[in-house]
Amino acid sequence: MLLFLRERISPLIAGTVASILALTALIIPIDTALLLGSISLKISPSIQFFGRSFSLSNADGSLLAVIYGLAALWFFGTEASGSANRFVSFGLMIVALLTASIAVEPFLFAALLLEMAAMLVIPLLIPPTQKPSRGVVRFLIYQTLAMPFILFSGWMLAGVEASPGDINTTVQAGTMLGLGFAFLLGVFPLYNWIPMITEDSPPYVVGFLLWALPTFIVVFALGFLDRYTWVRTSPQLSGAIQLAGIFMVASGGVFAALQRHIGRMMGYAAIAETGLLMLAMGMQSAEIVNVSFLLLIPRGLELAVWALALSIIKRKAPTLQFNEVQGLARSYPVATTAIILSHLSMTGFPLLAGFPPRLALWQELAGQSLPTSFWVFFGMLGLLFAATRTLAVFVMAGGNNVWKLSESWVQMTMLGLGMIGLFILGMFPQVLQPFLINLPALFNHLGQ
Amino acid sequence: MIIEIVSWIAVGLILVTSTAMLISRDWRISLAALALQYVAAFWLVTRHLPFVMASAKLITGWMVVAALGMTRLGLSSAEDTDEESSLLNGGWFRVILMCIVALVAAAVTARIEAVIPGLGLQVIAGSLLLIGAGVVHLGVTSDILRVVVGLLTLLTGFEVIYAAVESSILVAGLLSVISLGLGLVGSYLLLAGSSSPETENGA
Repeated sequence: MLLFLRERISPLIAGTVASILALTALIIPIDTALLLGSISLKISPSIQFFGRSFSLSNADGSLLAVIYGLAALWFFGTEASGSANRFVSFGLMIVALLTASIAVEPFLFAALLLEMAAMLVIPLLIPPTQKPSRGVVRFLIYQTLAMPFILFSGWMLAGVEASPGDINTTVQAGTMLGLGFAFLLGVFPLYNWIPMITEDSPPYVVGFLLWALPTFIVVFALGFLDRYTWVRTSPQLSGAIQLAGIFMVASGGVFAALQRHIGRMMGYAAIAETGLLMLAMGMQSAEIVNVSFLLLIPRGLELAVWALALSIIKRKAPTLQFNEVQGLARSYPVATTAIILSHLSMTGFPLLAGFPPRLALWQELAGQSLPTSFWVFFGMLGLLFAATRTLAVFVMAGGNNVWKLSESWVQMTMLGLGMIGLFILGMFPQVLQPFLINLPALFNHLGQ
Repeated sequence: MIIEIVSWIAVGLILVTSTAMLISRDWRISLAALALQYVAAFWLVTRHLPFVMASAKLITGWMVVAALGMTRLGLSSAEDTDEESSLLNGGWFRVILMCIVALVAAAVTARIEAVIPGLGLQVIAGSLLLIGAGVVHLGVTSDILRVVVGLLTLLTGFEVIYAAVESSILVAGLLSVISLGLGLVGSYLLLAGSSSPETENGA
């Protein structure tokens, strides 16, 4: 129905629906009857579908609240970004499929739902009037290749659990699992589609993709770590995850610093952030779950603000190259400030949303390996250098340019709220505590 | 015994259709080969799944072929020669690649059967051929129709072998939805950019 509504109405409806779902997940406990006057309300913990169940527990409530809360933010920003009407309808479908991937039992089947969600993103990435870019085709190929690897590795891991002494099966299962997640998350060097799509596709859609898919893939990966003892306890596998994370953080930072395209910079910053998530997942610590989710929540806000600001600027400077955005700080002060703040937040700049999770991760990493901490610092330095270059380009202008506000009031309101959110999460990270406190209960073994 | 023979014929059909898809420059031949390939895969899937579930896969495959074919038919003939020029186009090269895939499949099949008994030599061989052909296809082309055909081939190979280890209706259904989705996404990508913005707005 949302597809056929007017562009002004559909984002409001989708945003409101997502907000209501977030509040429902937060307030109403699952599998507990609530009495509202004479009405008894109870959310069933599971539904059966073709012989398999989709189950949610009370611990999932906080996660769903965070996910739908962030999704609401994306949907409310749709109109300000000027994205097509179908973004909200496809977006709701994608979030619903990804939520189903958390709930499906056996959890291994989530790989199928992730693939379906990835396919739904394609029409958003390529408008009907645009030729498909190589990045989109690669994205489709990589996401499709991931699914067989993960499904098969899950089947093999069950065998490893039955006979842990079988080294051959263990190595094969580990390799398949690693390849599957490498394709899914876009691990070095399989992330080449990310900068390509940030250059060719609408920034707001790309930002949504870079938020939604990795968030659920990380939850899925944490499920693997939790479910299979061998995966959780293997020092080789955790070393491999950390090495991949280091490559992603360092290469993301370095490549971001070398870009002359502000869209590609967002792509490389997202790659570096995914590297941080991998480092968090590779930690031999009880804080895996807390640090991972501490990274995931600000990521949604940072990418939303960054992508919205890029969408606004893209109308004035379609290529988003440095030579086109030069001096835009004078005509688009709010959008350029939003880009710089979200970029700085992703570098872990103090007082911004990205700082507390990076500090927590650094603290854990420093206790385990100083070289790893150094490479994280190196990657963040690259991102900081890129932010400084972007800032210099934005404020570089001739004397004739006068300051003016070219953004609409809706755009300024959305960006303003986003920037305030970045500062709130940076200065008062404890506001996330009510959400984070229940998340370790999602996993039986991790973080216990 | 007859079932075994028919299964080996299905494996042979997979080899022939995969090679035809790889070397043919005509999209009609490629899609016809894909439709035939689904018949062979259907037979191999029936070795482990009930007939009804296997036939669902066959019908889905044919629907995908129909969707892709109808989309391609609607595009201008100028795009028939849209094949990339910088990549390797040699037919013999592709035949050699398929020979390598066939040799690898022949060498590995018995080993896999020894490690995971009960799958069946034909199922393993057919699956490996399809996966190998799909990977080769993806490696030598960037044409959208061919990429989608390569992905579908690879996915069919996976479905054949996964059917032997997982018989869940949900998985079979979701895999069919994914195949259908790939076909629809492929059709959308083929159509994208083929109409002008004015036409879109006018519509």
